[in-house]
Amino acid sequence: MASDKLKTFTDSNFDHEISSGVTLVDFWAEWCGPCRRIAPIVEQLAGEYEGRAIVAKLNVDENPNIPGRFMIRGIPTLLLFKNGQLADTIVGLASKEEIARMIEKHL
Amino acid sequence: MADHRVVIIGSGPAGLTAALYAARANLKPLLIEGLEAGGQLMLTTMVENWPGYRDGILGPDLMAEMRAQAVRFGTEMLDGNITAVDLQRRPFSIAVDTTRRITTDALIIATGASARWLDIGSDRKLSGHGVSTCATCDGYFFRGKPIAVIGGGDSAMEEALYLTKFASKVTVVHRRDALRASKIMQDKAFANSKIDFIWDSEVSEIKDVGKGEVSSIVVRNVKTAELRELPLDGVFIAIGHTPNTELFAGQLELDANGYIVTGHGTRTNVAGVFAAGDVQDHVYRQAVTAAGSGCMAAIDAERYLEGMPAHPETVGAPRSAGAPSPQ
Repeated sequence: MASDKLKTFTDSNFDHEISSGVTLVDFWAEWCGPCRRIAPIVEQLAGEYEGRAIVAKLNVDENPNIPGRFMIRGIPTLLLFKNGQLADTIVGLASKEEIARMIEKHL
Repeated sequence: MADHRVVIIGSGPAGLTAALYAARANLKPLLIEGLEAGGQLMLTTMVENWPGYRDGILGPDLMAEMRAQAVRFGTEMLDGNITAVDLQRRPFSIAVDTTRRITTDALIIATGASARWLDIGSDRKLSGHGVSTCATCDGYFFRGKPIAVIGGGDSAMEEALYLTKFASKVTVVHRRDALRASKIMQDKAFANSKIDFIWDSEVSEIKDVGKGEVSSIVVRNVKTAELRELPLDGVFIAIGHTPNTELFAGQLELDANGYIVTGHGTRTNVAGVFAAGDVQDHVYRQAVTAAGSGCMAAIDAERYLEGMPAHPETVGAPRSAGAPSPQ
């Protein structure tokens, strides 16, 4: 489960990073208990989908602009982008199977 | 032969304390963690009533410590979603993620309770878009904005107080004319100038589902039937919990509200099945009482297993002619 497969997005690199292919972004923060639960799942998915989809996390504390743009009002939130366009969303806790299914749907 | 002597379902204070005691009794427990691993304390910030921490401890940190302690004494952890249980036959069997079947001689159920929703439709539709059941997760997104907290118990006051750190104003909507919360929480809430109260009122609608964001709530006075609309940006629901017992319906005795009925300690109506924590307690619902009942369940399970006749299905070694026959 090499963590280097999981990317870190910021307000400044976000638009560039999601511009092509399928990208899953995990919006999270230190103070969010359920985010801790989903973090290892997202990290596993980053490894399993390497080369097929980009998997990344974005810290909402350090990067307020992107969460604002997508009207995020709760975390964890997972947004899935296809070629730069928002294609799917999961709000709150979700199982690994459920998240994988969402990725598969757009591959 | 059963895969395990004891399996514990649930990883809040009840499940992890049961695991700690069962592990120390050499029962090599398997603990199945659900999606909401760590339980309700994962959604809190500072826990100030857990004995031994005079300055308080963060809920998620407390759960990480409890988990590590249970693992240290030999608890095996399994991350999985339980899809079915069979308590009619022995050993009991548990289906995990539809692909795996686990059998056990004794079962401790500590699946807890999850936040209850309003049952008005619009609250679920706007979940994650301004409606929340977790102030610590989502309060941050309401900086400088007016919000409402629905409920009048301790958790509602705790959420309201926490949310004053972010929101411009917090309106507590409660369906009675007095709070159910403890005196200390009431005093804190009444003393906070950012918190207002609307009494005797229920939420009848959350707008605006069409736009996919919260713009206002409509509250109805239960005494006068008068309707009132409050413009605001967020709604936090804290009206109590529902026990997580769907898996056991029809197999275990449940009360009218869905809680598992226990007696003589933590025993359920099926011998060998025990229940601990909020799944069987709608009265105390504290981390420390949940942990206490988890300990009781482990001791009850240990005694049950000691008294269990040597059973060919559960004991691998062939029985000699002189062995006591099963009852």
